[in-house]
Amino acid sequence: MPLTAYLVLAAVVFAIGLFGVLSRRNAVGILLGIELMLNAVNINLAAFARFHADVVGLVFALFTIAITVAEVGLGLAIVIVIFRVRRTVDADRLDLLRG
Amino acid sequence: MRAEIVGFWAVAVVLLASSLAVVLTPNLFHAVLFLAAALVATGGVFLLLDAPFLFGVQLLLYAGGVVTILVFAIMLTERLVGQRIVQSSRFVLNAAVVSAAVLVGILGFLVRRSGEAARPPAIPDVTGAIGRALVGPFAATFELLGVLLVAALLGALYLARTDD
Repeated sequence: MPLTAYLVLAAVVFAIGLFGVLSRRNAVGILLGIELMLNAVNINLAAFARFHADVVGLVFALFTIAITVAEVGLGLAIVIVIFRVRRTVDADRLDLLRG
Repeated sequence: MRAEIVGFWAVAVVLLASSLAVVLTPNLFHAVLFLAAALVATGGVFLLLDAPFLFGVQLLLYAGGVVTILVFAIMLTERLVGQRIVQSSRFVLNAAVVSAAVLVGILGFLVRRSGEAARPPAIPDVTGAIGRALVGPFAATFELLGVLLVAALLGALYLARTDD
C-alpha cells in the first residue's frame, strides 16, 4: 500500500476521535476520543518512518505512547477526584472555573 | 505484496469500525472495549509497517495497561455513584461538521502532495536500531520521559488518595 493510504487512514481515525472529543458529555468519553487522536498520530509517525527508512519516526512514536500513558493515568485520577467531590463527571456541569 | 494489501484493508475496516463504535456507543464500558479493539488494530498497522517492536509496545502499554486503568476507573466511579453511567452526546451535528471540515482539510493536503514515494527496503534490525537511537542521540529525551512518567504517577497517586 502507498504512503497515502496510511495517511488517509490516520486522518479518518483522527477525525473520528475529534468528533468524540467534541460530542461526548462524559469526561471519560472525552479521554477515549483523545486516545483515538493520539493513535492516529502514531500511525502517521510509523508510516513516515517506514517510507523514509528512518528509525527516528519510530522513536518518536514510542515517546508519544509513553506521554499518552502518563496523560491517561493523570486524567483518570482527576476524573475520580471530580467524581468524589461533585458526584458527576458530566463536562457540561463542571463549570466551577467559569467566569 | 498481495498479503499486505489484504491485511491493510482488513485492519483498516476493523480500526474504523471500532473507532466509530468508541465515539457512538452509549455504554461507556462497551466504548472502552471497542477502544481496546481499535488499539489492537493500530498494532496491526504497525506490523504492516515493519515495526514489530512498536506492535509489542502497543499491546503491552495500550491494550494491556491503558484499557485496564480505564476499566478500573469506570468501575470505581460507578461504585461511588451507585448507578450505571449512561453517556449521552451533545452538539452532534456541530461536532460532525467540525471534524468533517478537519478531515477534508487534511485530505486536501494529502491530495496536493507531490508524487508518490516508493516504499524503500525495510530497515535491517529495526528493533536494534530503535534501541541504539534511544540510548544514543535520544538518551536525554529518554531520561526526561522517565522523569515525566514518575511525576505523572506520583501526581495521580496524590490526587486519587483518600483523606485518611
